[in-house]
Amino acid sequence: MRITFEVNGTTQSADDVWPGESLLYVLRERLGLPGTKNACEQGECGSCSIYLDGTLVCACLVAAPQAHGREVRTVESFAGADGLDPVQQAFIDCGAVQCGFCTPGLILATDDLLARNPQPADAEIREALAGNLCRCTGYEKILDAVRLASARRVAGGDEPS
Amino acid sequence: MDFLYAGSWDEALAAKAERPPAVPISGGTDLMVELNFDRRRPEALLDLNGVAELREWEQTDGVVRIGAAVPFTRIIGEIASLVPGLAIASRTVGSPQIRNRGTLGGQLGTASPAGDALPPLVSVDALVEVASVRGARTVAVGEFFTGPKRNVLEPDELIRAVRVPVADGPQQFAKVGTRNAMVISVCGFALSLHPSTGRVGTCIGSAGPTVLRALEAEQLLEAELADGGLWESRAALPQPLMLRFGELASQAAKPIDDVRGTANYRRHAVAVMARRTLGWAWQDYQGGRG
Repeated sequence: MRITFEVNGTTQSADDVWPGESLLYVLRERLGLPGTKNACEQGECGSCSIYLDGTLVCACLVAAPQAHGREVRTVESFAGADGLDPVQQAFIDCGAVQCGFCTPGLILATDDLLARNPQPADAEIREALAGNLCRCTGYEKILDAVRLASARRVAGGDEPS
Repeated sequence: MDFLYAGSWDEALAAKAERPPAVPISGGTDLMVELNFDRRRPEALLDLNGVAELREWEQTDGVVRIGAAVPFTRIIGEIASLVPGLAIASRTVGSPQIRNRGTLGGQLGTASPAGDALPPLVSVDALVEVASVRGARTVAVGEFFTGPKRNVLEPDELIRAVRVPVADGPQQFAKVGTRNAMVISVCGFALSLHPSTGRVGTCIGSAGPTVLRALEAEQLLEAELADGGLWESRAALPQPLMLRFGELASQAAKPIDDVRGTANYRRHAVAVMARRTLGWAWQDYQGGRG
């Protein structure tokens, strides 16, 4: 089947989609957007986190035809002509990226958290990121990055750490 | 495999009547795992995302009617004060990403005894609204499940909503898992106190073929609270009563050994959770809530 939806502000179509195929597969294999990672395919790891109509979801658990006519936003939309998104920059500045595989999902989860709660307490950060697994960092640097992104956001600028 | 879109509830019922093997999908948090891992190949999927009324909730006459596709995030964010036990349990489901998509309709349809939202629904005697083109009916949640992954739905029926009484007293939920987030329950326990009627509600999760009410524990506590005048005095609960409540709850469990835990561990944990949830709920009651 053919499905058409908006991806990062552009209307795109995918053909010959099997109805039980995941939105993750369509993004990566049919639309050439490999920033969203494929790991567990069962909603455990958060690597495939995207926005579907503005809601943070695991793309592996959305049937691709369910995205027809809807809006998807992936990590590819974060960096612009003026550089990295502030959340991405905070991850780099804090050393929160090691192998980098979990990073796109964590960028999305952090962005979603700060949009809802610009100054989260540590317990709120931990709860918000509980669905995103990282096997390199031990999470401390990631928590630092979220705190830094929050502080910069509240200060309204991107001053260096 | 075919993919069927429904734009309204009537369209969904018509599609299900025409293609009974079609599997309904809303959040997909259970079903898509089975598709991704080749464990299941239904001949059709019936997408309910286009049925707006399934994502609405309303409060009337002391009952909250929660549409089958209202995600857990909204139950937690919008109606926690009306259905506190359900909200506490919903907060333990998966991760934010999963709670943004997962629904009560999904947990009822999947019918796993490890569905975290199910024990609080049973403990407060919630009702499930199901319907087909032949008509609608309501089923008590406690009678909805017939075994592991099995429920009373006919092949042409869909779940419309869950009717949950607005809390009339303290409610609690506890769950054992390997960490504090993102875990399938090893076992769980829901408790509700109903001071205006003298009722006590309980339900055990993930320690039997279905979620299970602990009837003898309820009866013991109802009798002791009434006979001791404890509803009126709000005095501390005697320790032996709390221990006995836990023992009776444990005896109502029918656990098995599996990868998440042994039957013996589950029996022990149910006793501990029953006693603790009772302690927390009674503290709430003494503090004037309910």
